[in-house]
Amino acid sequence: MQYVLMLCADQAAPGSSDWEEAMAGCISWAVEMEARGVLLGGIGLRPSADATTVRVRDAGVLLGDGPFTDTKEQLDGFSVIECENLDEAIDIASQHPWARVGLIEVRPVWAP
Amino acid sequence: MDDVAAAFREEWGRVVAAVIGLTGDWDLAEECAQDAFAAALERWPRDGVPVRPGAWLTTVARNRATDRLRRAAVGAVKLREAAMIAYGPEAEDDPSGVRDDRLRLMFTCCHPALAFESQVALTLRTLGGLTTGEIARAFLVPEQTLAKRLVRAKQKIRNAGIPYRVPPAHLLPERTAAVLGVLYLLFNEGYSASAGDDLIRQSLCGEAIRLARILAALMPDEAEAGGLLALMLLHDARRATRVDGEGELVPLDEQDRSAWDAAAIAEAEAVLEAALRRGRPGPYQIQAAIAACHATAGRADDTDWAQIAGLYGRLAKLVPSPVVALNRAVAVGMADGPAAGLMLVEALAKAGALAGYHLLPATRADLLRRMGRTVEAATAYQEALELAPTEPERRFLSRRLTEMSR
Repeated sequence: MQYVLMLCADQAAPGSSDWEEAMAGCISWAVEMEARGVLLGGIGLRPSADATTVRVRDAGVLLGDGPFTDTKEQLDGFSVIECENLDEAIDIASQHPWARVGLIEVRPVWAP
Repeated sequence: MDDVAAAFREEWGRVVAAVIGLTGDWDLAEECAQDAFAAALERWPRDGVPVRPGAWLTTVARNRATDRLRRAAVGAVKLREAAMIAYGPEAEDDPSGVRDDRLRLMFTCCHPALAFESQVALTLRTLGGLTTGEIARAFLVPEQTLAKRLVRAKQKIRNAGIPYRVPPAHLLPERTAAVLGVLYLLFNEGYSASAGDDLIRQSLCGEAIRLARILAALMPDEAEAGGLLALMLLHDARRATRVDGEGELVPLDEQDRSAWDAAAIAEAEAVLEAALRRGRPGPYQIQAAIAACHATAGRADDTDWAQIAGLYGRLAKLVPSPVVALNRAVAVGMADGPAAGLMLVEALAKAGALAGYHLLPATRADLLRRMGRTVEAATAYQEALELAPTEPERRFLSRRLTEMSR
């Protein structure tokens, strides 16, 4: 069976020693799991402050600044896209049926 | 010194916008703009103000930015990246046809993926050149809060890939509406400032008008930009007569029209006429037309209320809001008599959408008063008084209430 591990944390300051340790641990964990043949892929995300929510309703495409967690919607799945900028990402998200029945949080992938 | 201050206001946005365009770094842009203005403060008193102060300031700021980036090891990469991606020279699909970095900056500040309050703060900081402290005082929030808000907004722009550009044609209508919304909020904040408020708060009207003028000039085909500018000018023209010496509200029909700013009204009429000629009516143009009806009536009695009622009717079709319907009822009450207005107001009250809105009972009260139904008017004034949100309004309603029991 396939699973998705949704890695959640209280997004308190990166830079604390716990955080640094955990970040280092991610890599060794990934190496280990890849060696075992169980890791299909993974992605690190930017903090939720950089997120944008996309809803499509009769009024049009409605955007929100920040994560979706203040709402009753729960995570059903995820897709990984690649495009030019946030406007394109919003456009792509707005065409997904989930934007109509619920909402889609558009979160940038971590890059240095 | 005064020349520098004047140039500062006018050119800050232009300089910041240009350096963001060059480097993609908002903080660097503000710092280099500061440096350029500091250099001006030093050199201009000595060498005289340059013929084109904006160009001088922009050149100095850009050179400073390039210097700083070169010195940082990372900077060389940044410069190349910036040249390649979103922050390069304006893309070919710029629908405005006018290459002005301020327009890119304005649209980026007002991007809907940013929280509205962040859009407002960012616009004032980067285009208005207000300091963090000034913006904080204008909106009555702690400076720390405002500073954080600005930092977060710039981070979001960078991290989430909000592009630095005038939006493409298919997004332009909704994005332009967003920019106009921010400017209108700025104006209304300034308009509602009272004499006791911080001067910065009172200066927001002027700032909003200045930015609206820039927008209208950079987007001459955008009729609503002209409509908004005209609307602001017309409201601002009457600002001095809204309250009397004691801070009491003066109703429109009692305002001293000779104290209205005739030059502002004339400018507004010209701008509105040009906008209407585009043949793309919209809510701001209609509201401006209504304000123009008032502004061009030499005396309150000369006001063309029938036309105003008609205009509110058109506005209601575009913006189906009960507040618009209420304003239309007021106009009908003037054009066709209070009984006609009262019928519309009672219908609105029955529909319930304006529950808790003090101007509903206040309007009822006024119509009843004019019909001589003083007891019912008193009840309505009492209701309005309990709901009124500001001191000047409460005092005004109190006085009316007292008049009813005479």
